Parts: sequence; structure tokens; C-alpha cells
Amino acid sequence: MRLLEYQAKSLFAEFGIRIPKGLTSTNIEQGRKDASIIGFPFVIKAQMAVGGRGKAGAIQKCHNLDEFELKYPEIMQKIVKGEKTKAILLEQMQEYKKELYLSLFLNRSKRCYTVIASSEGGVEIESVKNQIIREVGLGQVDKNTAEEVANAIGLKNNSVEEFVNLVQKLSKLTVEKEAELAEINPVAILNDGTLLALDGKVIIDDNAMFRHDELRKFQEISELEERAEKNGFSLVELDGNIAVVGNGAGLVMSSLDMLSDHGGKPACFLDVGGGATTETVYEALTLISRMKKVKGILVNLYGGIVKTTTVATAFIKAYENKLVDIPVFARMSGAEADKSKEMLKDSRTKMFDTVEEAINAAVIGVNKSG
Amino acid sequence: MVDLFEILIGKEGENDYKKKPVIVQGITGKFGSFHTQQMITYGTNIVAGVTPGKGGQKFENVPIYETVGEAVSATGAKISIVFVPAKFFRDAAMEAFKAGIKLLIAIPEHVPVKDAMAVLDLAKKKDAIMIGPNTPGIIVPGIIKIGIMPATPFKSGRIAVLSRSGTLMYEVSHNLSLANFGQCVSLGIGGDPINGTTVIEAFDMVRKLPNIDGVVVVGEIGGDAEELLAQHIIDSKFDKPVVAYIAGRAAPKEKRMGHAGAIIYGTYGSAESKVSMYAKANVPVAKRPAEVPMLLAGKIGGKKG
Repeated sequence: MRLLEYQAKSLFAEFGIRIPKGLTSTNIEQGRKDASIIGFPFVIKAQMAVGGRGKAGAIQKCHNLDEFELKYPEIMQKIVKGEKTKAILLEQMQEYKKELYLSLFLNRSKRCYTVIASSEGGVEIESVKNQIIREVGLGQVDKNTAEEVANAIGLKNNSVEEFVNLVQKLSKLTVEKEAELAEINPVAILNDGTLLALDGKVIIDDNAMFRHDELRKFQEISELEERAEKNGFSLVELDGNIAVVGNGAGLVMSSLDMLSDHGGKPACFLDVGGGATTETVYEALTLISRMKKVKGILVNLYGGIVKTTTVATAFIKAYENKLVDIPVFARMSGAEADKSKEMLKDSRTKMFDTVEEAINAAVIGVNKSG
Repeated sequence: MVDLFEILIGKEGENDYKKKPVIVQGITGKFGSFHTQQMITYGTNIVAGVTPGKGGQKFENVPIYETVGEAVSATGAKISIVFVPAKFFRDAAMEAFKAGIKLLIAIPEHVPVKDAMAVLDLAKKKDAIMIGPNTPGIIVPGIIKIGIMPATPFKSGRIAVLSRSGTLMYEVSHNLSLANFGQCVSLGIGGDPINGTTVIEAFDMVRKLPNIDGVVVVGEIGGDAEELLAQHIIDSKFDKPVVAYIAGRAAPKEKRMGHAGAIIYGTYGSAESKVSMYAKANVPVAKRPAEVPMLLAGKIGGKKG
């Protein structure tokens, strides 16, 4: 789960990391009240889970009320890389002498936390120069390592101690909240040498959410995705018109690739999951039936733990209840595939021996129906 | 480092050669019981189950114990397969390694990263191997099946299959078997961000097998396992054919595609990045599962397993 900036910053504050004074709103009435509390000039920041907001004009300075009335609605309407503005953070403008980069992330290949710091912050991590990278094990970063990093990025005087504190606080947050990434970019060095977190990005391990009820309030998944999660399947909504259904994330991704290669446009990724039952697959079909954009369904199953008949039965029930009235193109292999073919013989589901044939038919069939 | 195949199959002359004893943790659960039956049918030597509160009972004639320690003492098994729910995985796996298990097959999906890392840390200290979490398991066709994979896609032969995805492991092995490329092992790495045995480690476990003609690596977007493996193939001058498949080319960025590990941040984890590294290592990447045996045939030539 990727937190929005203001959510990440509320965690920073909880762990004693200094952040600028700021208030978050979702409408201009509240925004006006926030503006009067913070006072001009301030920064208007779109809250959306995507990088590159500054360049896209989703972060702008604001000096007076006229500007505010113009910019607030404009930023509220922003869409950057497909992400809409979820809320607006008004934040006090800061004077500072330098920007740093600092992050802690879970290094999959080294299987430990890793600190990255640089004396050049404020740009996306891919373009951060002179990166200092230290692997720090499974626990919190110790003082010596933090000091070493502070020196390596050329900090002097009281900024060294400030930075050591900052690293240790961020590390505590990362470990306790089970974050995959906690990034402060930029960290501002103020004129008195103290440090301030100007931006924040935190990604929490979804699998650890059962231990973090306190973070539930930050969860912003769509209603569809939430219902999918409850039923043990994974659903990702996409822009096209052919729903892609299968068992196993890899197999569904593979089907998505092949569909795209054949000129088809996937409407969603739906992995029925290893614990699928006729009921949960039926629930999945219910969700798909509500997605108006879907003009056809591609099914690719390799029966193993989940038998193909489990899915076939759900389809037959969906046809009986008139839940699904769009064409279905299916390839079923593995456990009880022959039985499934027999079951679906005279139904709306067209069966194919290979996934390639099913995809071809789906692309042609859906295009024809407009 | 312990040798995977010595634990899994053993050496000729040993009493339990090719029928190594295996413990099932969570043997009475819905999945545990079903797959225990499937593994027994395949010929895997399941000698004990562990379910706290059900010690002394039996399942399919297999004795159940309260703890892994008791099961190990009674049977001498060094292999365990774990079916417990994700939130109990940490304790179950720790218990297994403390009891002397040397090969742990970790089936659960959705294990928190912190737990997986802690368990793995202990495994390394105990000089033991963990495969998974979120793995379909490991199969040496015709000899032993420790996992949840169906038996039908696999056929005995001389190709090693390493896969980050379960159903794709079945799909690719099935395609290989149809083309008469049997497998000497098919191993599921697991779809999580943390892998007990990484792709590289698994690669190093299989590369020295005497009965191997080539390696097929089934990957997906997310992480940098494929990039690191490509570099490893170059550095270690592996001279047998390697063919890859990568799922998720059409996946959008920053969306988790079912597997916890399958997510692209920027260019990190993207299919393009993986394909271009593989190209440097002279590893062709199939566009679809059915293309894998064709590419392999192109590399191996007339020789077939």
C-alpha cells in the first residue's frame, strides 16, 4: 500500500521527524479555512500516489487569495500519469540552503534493509547522483552506520547529528510499520543546520496489514478491488474491453501479454486464486458483469489445486442467472479439463485447445461486436 | 552449504535413496490434507504430520505429532512441507529449523516480508534450505513431489525448470513435456518479494547436476532476479542452453499484479530491463509459454531428453 504524501508525513510526525506545518482538504471551502490558518505564502500540493507532480504542475506556490481561488480547483482536477488528485495539502513555504535525499528500502535480492542517501535531493531516485548505499540488516540502523553515511554525503557541524537522528527515526518507522520503502526526498537543510522532511513516500507491506489496524484508515482501494480481496482473488482494473480471468498470477499476466500482442485490450486482470471455489468465481463474475466496459471474457485455466470444473460450474450458474450475457472465450487444461469441456459444450462459452486460439477468437469477436 | 539433491534424493546405496522421508506441517487442514493424499499417490514418502492439538491421531495412516521436534525424533526426516496460514508461518518455520529440518518447502501465500526475512535468517544460521514462501513446491518427476503441483504436466528428463510463478511452471513444463523435453527437476521459486531460495541460488543448485541438458527460467515482472541471473550466467560462464520466459510485459506500472512481488517501480522490475539483460547473456526470451520448447530446441539442436 502506497501512502499519500500527507499520510506518510503523519507517520513521520509520529516518529518525531520534523515536517513543515500543513493541512489537508478535499474541497475548496475547507481549503480556504486551511489557508487562513497557515497564512500566505504556501505551497499547494496535489495528493496522488505518483512521482513527477512538480513537473506536471500538481505542486504550485501560492502567494495570495486570488491565486488560491484559481489554483486550488485547477490542482484538484489534475491527472498525472493516470492518477487523480485525492486531496490537497497546503504547506508552509520553507527557506533552506540545501536539499538531500534519504530512503530506506527493502532490498529483495540482498534480503535486508538498505539505506540510500545523497547530497543531491529533490529529483527522482533514478536521477539522484552520488548515491551512498549501505545494507543495514534486518533491524534498525545503528548510530555508527548513520554517522558514516552522514559523513559520506559531506554533512558538517550540527547537521551530522541531525541526520543521524533522522536516519534512526526513519529506520524505526520502517521496521515498526513494516514498510517496503520509506523515502524523504528532499530533506531540507535549514539555515540553522537543522533538517526538515519536505516530501514523503512510504509503501507498507500489504501482507503485514493484519498486524497494522492503525494503518487501515489510509487504505484506498476501489470497491471492486476490496471485494476481490475479501474473496481471495486478485483484481486489477485496466482500460480495455476484454476481461482476463485465470488461475495463478503468472498465468493471468501471461494471458494479458498475449492478448495485447494480438491487438486485444485487457479490461482487467483477475486471478481467481489458489483457494477458489464455485462461489468465489461466481462472485468474480458478478464483479466483471458490473464493469460496463467489458465486452468479452477471456478465460485461461491450468487446473491444479483449482479444478477447471470449479470454474465451469460457476459459469453455468452465471448463465442460468443471466449474470453473463457477453461472449466467453476459454482454454482449460489440466485437472478435469475434459469434463469442463463437456459441461460447457452448448453454452455461451466457446472452448479452445490452446490459449492462442482463444485469444484470436476473443479479439475478433469483441471487435466485431463494437 | 547443504546440497539440495542430497537431501531430496540421497545417494545410491542409502536405505532411503529416492524415498526420503517428508513431514507435513498442517496435515489436517483443508489444503494440507488434500495435498498430502496427492503426494502419497505420487509416491512421496510422507512419514509424519504435525498439527498442535491432534498429536497421537492419524491421517491416511500417517502418524500426527504435536511438534516438529517430536516428528523429527520419531522419523529422522530432514524435509518438511508447511501448509499453515500466512500469519502462523513464522512460528511454524522457526520450529522446523530449530528441530533440525534441512529443507523446508513453504507453501503459504501472503507471508509478511519481515517474517520471511526472519525465518530465512535462521535457515542460513542452521545451514538449511527454504524454498518459498508462496511456492508450488519442487518435483523430481518420477521420484518425488513435494508441493501442490498437479502431476500430469511433468515428465522425467534432462531439463531443469525454475519458476517464479506456480501455474506458469505447470504450463511451461507441460509444453516442454509435449515437445519431449522431460524435466530432471521443476522448482517453484515463489511469487513473493523475499525468496528463501533465489533464482540465482536455485540456478547454482541445478547447474552441476550430471543429468542436465539445459535450464528454463520462468520469470515475471518485479524485482531484479532476472537481471542478476543474466549477469551470473555471464560471470560464471555457464555453457549449457538457458531459455527464459517473462510474464507481465503488458502490465501497468505501480500496480501489483496478483503476486506480492510482481510490481514495477519506474524501470525497476520492468520486462524491458529483464529482456535486455538476458540478451547480453545470450538467453532467448519466449513471447509465450508454447515458444519455450521451440527456443530450447533451437539451442540444443537434435539432442533431446
